Amino acid sequence: MLVSNVKRWLTALAGIALLAHAGGAVAEWGLNLRRGVTPISQQAYDLHMLILWICVAIGVVVFGAMFISIIKHRKSKGAKPATFHESTTVEIIWTIVPFLILIGMAIPATKALIAMENTSNPDLTIKVTGYQWKWGYDYLDDGVSFMSTLTTPREQIENQQDKGENYLLEVDNPVVIPVDKKVRLLITANDVIHAWWVPDFGMKKDAIPGFVNDMWIKADKEGTYRGQCAELCGKDHGFMPIVVEVKNEADYQQWLVAQKAAMDADAAGADREWSMAELMERGEKVYSTNCLACHQANGEGVPGAFPGLKGSALTTGPVGAHLDIIMNGKPGTAMAAFGGQLNDIDLAAVVTYERNSWGNDVGDLIQPSEVKAAR
Amino acid sequence: MSTATTHDTHHEEHPSGLLRWVFTTNHKDIGTLYLIFALAMFFIGGAMAMVIRAELFQPGLQFVDPQFFNSMTTMHALIMVFGAVMPAFVGLANWLVPMMIGAPDMALPRMNNWSFWILPFAGVMLLGTLFMEGGAPAAGWTMYPPLVLQTGNAFPYLIFSVHLLGISSIMGAINIIVTIVNMRAPGMTMMKMPLFVWTWLITAYLLIAVMPVFAGAVTMLLTDQFFGTSFFSAAGGGDPVMYQHIFWFFGHPEVYIMILPAFGVVSQIIPTFARKRLFGYSSMVYATASIAFLSFIVWAHHMFTVGLPLTGELYFMYATMLIAVPTGVKVFNWVSTMWKGSMTFETPMLFALGFVVLFTIGGFSGLMMSITPVDFQYHDTYFIVAHFHYVLVSGSVFSLFAAAYYWLPKWTGNMYDEKLGKLHFWLSAIFVNILFFPQHFLGLAGMPRRIPDYSAQFTEFNQISSLGGFAFGLTQLLFVYIVIKTVRGGSKATDKVWEGAEGLEWTLPSPPPYHSFTTAPEVK
Repeated sequence: MLVSNVKRWLTALAGIALLAHAGGAVAEWGLNLRRGVTPISQQAYDLHMLILWICVAIGVVVFGAMFISIIKHRKSKGAKPATFHESTTVEIIWTIVPFLILIGMAIPATKALIAMENTSNPDLTIKVTGYQWKWGYDYLDDGVSFMSTLTTPREQIENQQDKGENYLLEVDNPVVIPVDKKVRLLITANDVIHAWWVPDFGMKKDAIPGFVNDMWIKADKEGTYRGQCAELCGKDHGFMPIVVEVKNEADYQQWLVAQKAAMDADAAGADREWSMAELMERGEKVYSTNCLACHQANGEGVPGAFPGLKGSALTTGPVGAHLDIIMNGKPGTAMAAFGGQLNDIDLAAVVTYERNSWGNDVGDLIQPSEVKAAR
Repeated sequence: MSTATTHDTHHEEHPSGLLRWVFTTNHKDIGTLYLIFALAMFFIGGAMAMVIRAELFQPGLQFVDPQFFNSMTTMHALIMVFGAVMPAFVGLANWLVPMMIGAPDMALPRMNNWSFWILPFAGVMLLGTLFMEGGAPAAGWTMYPPLVLQTGNAFPYLIFSVHLLGISSIMGAINIIVTIVNMRAPGMTMMKMPLFVWTWLITAYLLIAVMPVFAGAVTMLLTDQFFGTSFFSAAGGGDPVMYQHIFWFFGHPEVYIMILPAFGVVSQIIPTFARKRLFGYSSMVYATASIAFLSFIVWAHHMFTVGLPLTGELYFMYATMLIAVPTGVKVFNWVSTMWKGSMTFETPMLFALGFVVLFTIGGFSGLMMSITPVDFQYHDTYFIVAHFHYVLVSGSVFSLFAAAYYWLPKWTGNMYDEKLGKLHFWLSAIFVNILFFPQHFLGLAGMPRRIPDYSAQFTEFNQISSLGGFAFGLTQLLFVYIVIKTVRGGSKATDKVWEGAEGLEWTLPSPPPYHSFTTAPEVK
């Protein structure tokens, strides 16, 4: 019976390997590593398959021997035990042969690793910053900056609505990169450790506060690629996806222009007077992407973990203290400093929103210009 | 024999009832306490795993909120590692080391009592965090800063329970070393010791070497949180990655602490049921020592994505690949022991063979992960989860079951129910694979670890895995039933119990006398 168990898993292992070689069909089943679209991911895939096959081969030999022994050398078949119990020769052989196999694996692995770690001479550099629980991107050469947050509605997560096609793998502002260009990512974090990972690019790197790590991507195919944060970063670790759109050069340039225009519009807007309705509308959006995960849609927070804002001393007290907490965070807690993440309009809007929602009725509003002055 | 009996009664003035267990300094009593504690923790940690698998049965949030989910993965790991697997092996060492080396008891019996009785307090302190404001620790069992510093009121309790668990382990390890070094029967040279004794001797040294390092790391977390230091805070000039280096300098030997005694158990069982001496005894000893040595110089393979320099990545890749050599030697020796033996397949042998096959599969995925350029893809995915559950559940835990069935007749004097034992093996072996094999696919397809919810492409394999998990969990209740049934009665075991058994413990009566060997046996 054990025999069949061994056989079953050998078959399974071999099956996976075979299926993986068959290609396409398996990718949909999600059985194997993806080949991906960068030189790195393809090298990783080839190495993965090489080592898998070597393991299958060793497995066949070792389990095969064990399995023959289990069938033939059993007492119920009248087997008499032999008395041999050591042999220096075979011990040396099965120390040296695996060692040689390992050297055979190490050579291609070393070559691949050296190529992967070579981030020199990029065409484009993007700084990636991990936040609890979203990603920030700064295009260092072009001055474009934005935040990228999950857009899957809470209703889908809480099973009140059918789940969409890209459930949990969709964001408001995807990263856009040009095809066939070497893009270097400088990766860091603002609060805790995160990790930036898109499987099709074949590489993940930790985003660590106080450190700047780097990696490179050279996607050879246009398209949309999705990934996730890969290092436990707290409550919503599972809810901070990464979406990358690889575009041709013309589309990429067009996207850059549009981004810059939007940023200019925001900068101009910061100096004018905003109405209560405008601020409330914008504030709700800012709240739902930045605050809702902890303080909840009803503003009541999670008792014991995240304080409520409904009727709290902070949101109904002096506006200066309220703005200060949002801009500078609260050390030792999950409350981040949003001063560097949000622009003046967003900060003004969210403060106004929190002071005038869920029955909070302070009635005052704060203008973006006041936020600017407070910086 | 009659003198031994009178001698025994003379010493039987120990308290009875509950106090017997509180004040006991007897290696068998303490071994039993350890094993019962470990089994209880195995079920508590297992219940947490059931919560995890229930939540992951479907995409979307069904049963628990994400913060509690993180607490479950964190607590499951801490409880299973420090509450179940490690104490279970210490329990085995307590029961078996004196009987295997021909000693009356452990060398330091009062310390033995203390090292056990610290455990329930540490365990209660750790479990108590579930009811604290801010919830139980949720930053993963690795407790990486800065995230772990966001833990609520549970934080100091987490640190102190880790301290206590560490103190307990160190005292247990000292006791085992002193016992093995000083109390062997005349004629039992080091190279005549049973392999279980050898593997535990080496494991005990690993424990003494690394538990203080771990205690140091968590103490630095404590002072970072409460006393204004910034060892691990970049903003204060510290280094969050330094914590990971220190943690894994402890953490990698720690995983061998959980597997080396398992190697020892399997090396006792396979020769018995193959009715043939262990093949390559001395190379088994050297392989164990090599694995222990290598465990100190490979730690950063847990950290390939933190941004190590290229030379560092190359070194840790090569060093990690080397572990495959001594581990391979072990597997080859086990298979050669079976070769041309005369095998029977009682429950302990089934679990031992299951161990060899499934641990080897876990070893293969381990070898794959040592290849740094591919590990960038595997790291922090379910591929890793599948790997370490293969080596820990179908590795360490299977060896513990094998050990329990193998020595239970010796301990209790009663044979266990062979039919039920075999049923327990087959159900466990099938369900453990249904539980963990699909997790390889999930990881390769891109599912990260430690997430409470996932995109639709991962649904099918998660469902298969969850069903396997529930069935595996339920199957373990059968083990409790079998053990209780054996303790209560059953056909009487002979002194030797197994036809092919060799070693001093089988020369004692079943069950053995209160003080194992009052007169040292002569080993030739």
